[in-house]
Amino acid sequence: MKKNLGILGLFFVVFIVTAIANPSFINAYNLENLIRRSSLYGIIGIGVSFVIITGGIDLSIGSVIGLVGCALPWLMITHEFPVAAAVPLVLLLALVIGLGHGLLITQLKLQPFVVTLCGLLFYRGFGRWLTSDATMGFGRDYEGLRKLAIGKIPLGELPFVGSFNLPVPFLILLVLAVIAAVFLNRTIYGRYLLALGRNEQAARFSGINTTVMVVLAYVICAVVAGFGGLLFALDSNSIQPASFGNFYELYAIAAAVLGGCSLRGGEGSIFGVMIGAAIMQLLYNSINLLGIPTTLEFAIIGAVILAGVITDELVKRIAAKRRAVLQARQAAGG
Amino acid sequence: MTASTAPAAPLLEVRSVTKRFPGVTALSNVSLTLGTGEVLALIGENGAGKSTLMKILAGVQEPDEGELLIDGRAERVDSVQTAQRLGIALIHQELNLSDNLDVGANIFLGREPLKRGLIDRQKIREDSTELLKRVGLNVSPDTLVNRLPIGQQQLVEIARALSINARVLIMDEPTSSLSTHETERLFEVVKDLRHKGVSVIYISHRLGEVKELADRVTVFRDGRNAGDLSREEVSHDRMVQLMVGRDISEFYKRKPHNARDVVLQVEGLRTPAHPDHALSFSVRSGEIVGVAGLVGAGRTEMLNVLFGVDPAGAGTIRVGGKLCRMSSPRDAIAAGMALVPEDRKQQGLVLEMAVRTNIGLAGLKRHQKSGGFLNDAQEGRDSAAMIEKLRIKTPNERQVVQYLSGGNQQKVVLGKWLSMQPQVLLLDEPTRGIDIGAKQEIYSLMEDLAEQGVAILFVSSEMEEILGMSDRTLVMHEGRITGELQRDNLSEEAVMQLATGNVAAATAG
Repeated sequence: MKKNLGILGLFFVVFIVTAIANPSFINAYNLENLIRRSSLYGIIGIGVSFVIITGGIDLSIGSVIGLVGCALPWLMITHEFPVAAAVPLVLLLALVIGLGHGLLITQLKLQPFVVTLCGLLFYRGFGRWLTSDATMGFGRDYEGLRKLAIGKIPLGELPFVGSFNLPVPFLILLVLAVIAAVFLNRTIYGRYLLALGRNEQAARFSGINTTVMVVLAYVICAVVAGFGGLLFALDSNSIQPASFGNFYELYAIAAAVLGGCSLRGGEGSIFGVMIGAAIMQLLYNSINLLGIPTTLEFAIIGAVILAGVITDELVKRIAAKRRAVLQARQAAGG
Repeated sequence: MTASTAPAAPLLEVRSVTKRFPGVTALSNVSLTLGTGEVLALIGENGAGKSTLMKILAGVQEPDEGELLIDGRAERVDSVQTAQRLGIALIHQELNLSDNLDVGANIFLGREPLKRGLIDRQKIREDSTELLKRVGLNVSPDTLVNRLPIGQQQLVEIARALSINARVLIMDEPTSSLSTHETERLFEVVKDLRHKGVSVIYISHRLGEVKELADRVTVFRDGRNAGDLSREEVSHDRMVQLMVGRDISEFYKRKPHNARDVVLQVEGLRTPAHPDHALSFSVRSGEIVGVAGLVGAGRTEMLNVLFGVDPAGAGTIRVGGKLCRMSSPRDAIAAGMALVPEDRKQQGLVLEMAVRTNIGLAGLKRHQKSGGFLNDAQEGRDSAAMIEKLRIKTPNERQVVQYLSGGNQQKVVLGKWLSMQPQVLLLDEPTRGIDIGAKQEIYSLMEDLAEQGVAILFVSSEMEEILGMSDRTLVMHEGRITGELQRDNLSEEAVMQLATGNVAAATAG
């Protein structure tokens, strides 16, 4: 928790500054959108954090989102599959993709970067071929299903904000976050992942089935990405196979890294990932509302992420130095 | 052979050096002298200050108080380059090689000879071949370092130090990864250097080696001088006494063991490294069986196959009479086996995790609460029990293992396995790089475990350890077991004969 104080603080600072500079920031419509977008990116961020904790990476998330985003309407609209069949099918597709990644990485010892990079290209291409590059959508149908992404739960009147409705994706995010956090921190499987992320050999020598755990991590990441793709598609309702979900893996990974997942593996905080995702969406929103030219968007976000990671590193060093002093003092006394 | 008659000034003198770090004084008013062509052994327990002084001599650190004198001149050794210019070279215990480069490149790393602006590979090759001959390493300079076993990598390090024409060679635990044969070669190199006027500061825990090599011995304890011994005064007991500050008699406590039933039965086992040889032996409950041999004999490979780390080519393993298929460490653990591996940092511990977490790492599945949840209470109990039983020196159980000393790290690894209550305990070099006090504790522990009925199979390259601890000794050579020695015909010569493949001579003698 201590690790996340930094970005939490940053979040509040940006929030307050934007609110003061442009009061329309805190109106219900804007906040609801912000929360909805943060939740969607938070979901895929949580998925990729499992892979990052094992010391790997998944660059194909954006393309999985793209593929699921086209495949779902392709099944439901073009081929008139019932929802009850189409949704499980696309999630199964995502599972198989994750399985493929995991097996290539553990059995053939290929590098995660390479495997998922090829995935990035392949799934995108496959989605485009499947739909012949046609823009997909759900039209006005499937309102019930679309509620998953665009639905809101009325919360009544809130101070400053007005009549506020909580977006459903936020609830989905919360449930996912709780499950993920419990899995990571309170189960033996989470402990296995953290151990093997730090030292795969030592984990294996201690009797941990590292192969199964690594494959599981990639499956989780892909299925969550697929589920995220489903939500993004239902939200946007206009899916271009060539570009839907493009670069989303970067947002997911950035959220994870900001949230304390070291790319070396072995550490991560689910809560941190949520804040990481939120802060990026907040920055986009603030840049817009503060009148900063949107051409600077990427530059600012890149700079903020770098600043966040540098601060993290500096804080770690100061903590380590303090610990070393404490330790030496104890060693001398003992 | 003693050093030459007293020169005008010693080659190297350390005068009243003090070095402080935040919270601790590592060295307090220590002094040391080194003559030309002299081998000085520096001994002391872990934490005594030896490494700190060596870092000061090598230019990595500077003292807070005191002086360093070279040939009687006070010198400020403020960087590694300065130290090298003064002729001081340090050979680390943890090897400092770039293992993606070849031997020649490593020897001349940072000092490559140039020909017309490009690296002169021919000269490197020639000079390296010469240096490799001097250390008795028979490999081509084009060999990639990561293809060499650790023992040979260390010889490359020594060749590198020789290439800068050092006058003072500081060797920090140089033989910890060397086989007996390679150690002997190293001794020849050291004696040759001494003959040529190069001095050596030799840091080692292996008192037997110190006795053979050293002209003088300086002992450190708790950052201070604890005594000096001349060659005549050197004896095992005297050295230990000065190091520890108290009398340690009977270093190896031997109680007669009642070996009971056979617990581990191995027949026709073939390892992937040596598929042409079949291994067969047994270990009884309550027995301590040592496995001796030279580096490359296949001992670690055998333990790894027994524990399921590597697949067995053929053969059977029976634990407690039951035939077991060891396709992974999980199977071995389920069968009641435990392995304390050779490389504790890479294979035995997750360094960034706490003592408590490491101790509990193997038992997660066994102790889990329904649904796969962590059993914190059990982990806490095991952790507290092991810290107490093994006397692990740590501020608390949440301490990150990385910051513990080597001996305490090894105890954490042992704690992890002992909390699993194994029937068979496999140990691979259990006391490597560990100070005398902790070694003693580990030997006592092995004795206690044997008494409780655990079958212990341990691999060791330290002759004293094999001679002192084994009820029976298996000796391996190039992948096969060349012989088995009982206590009554166990001797250093017998082990060496078998270890070098000389089966006939051993059985005759």
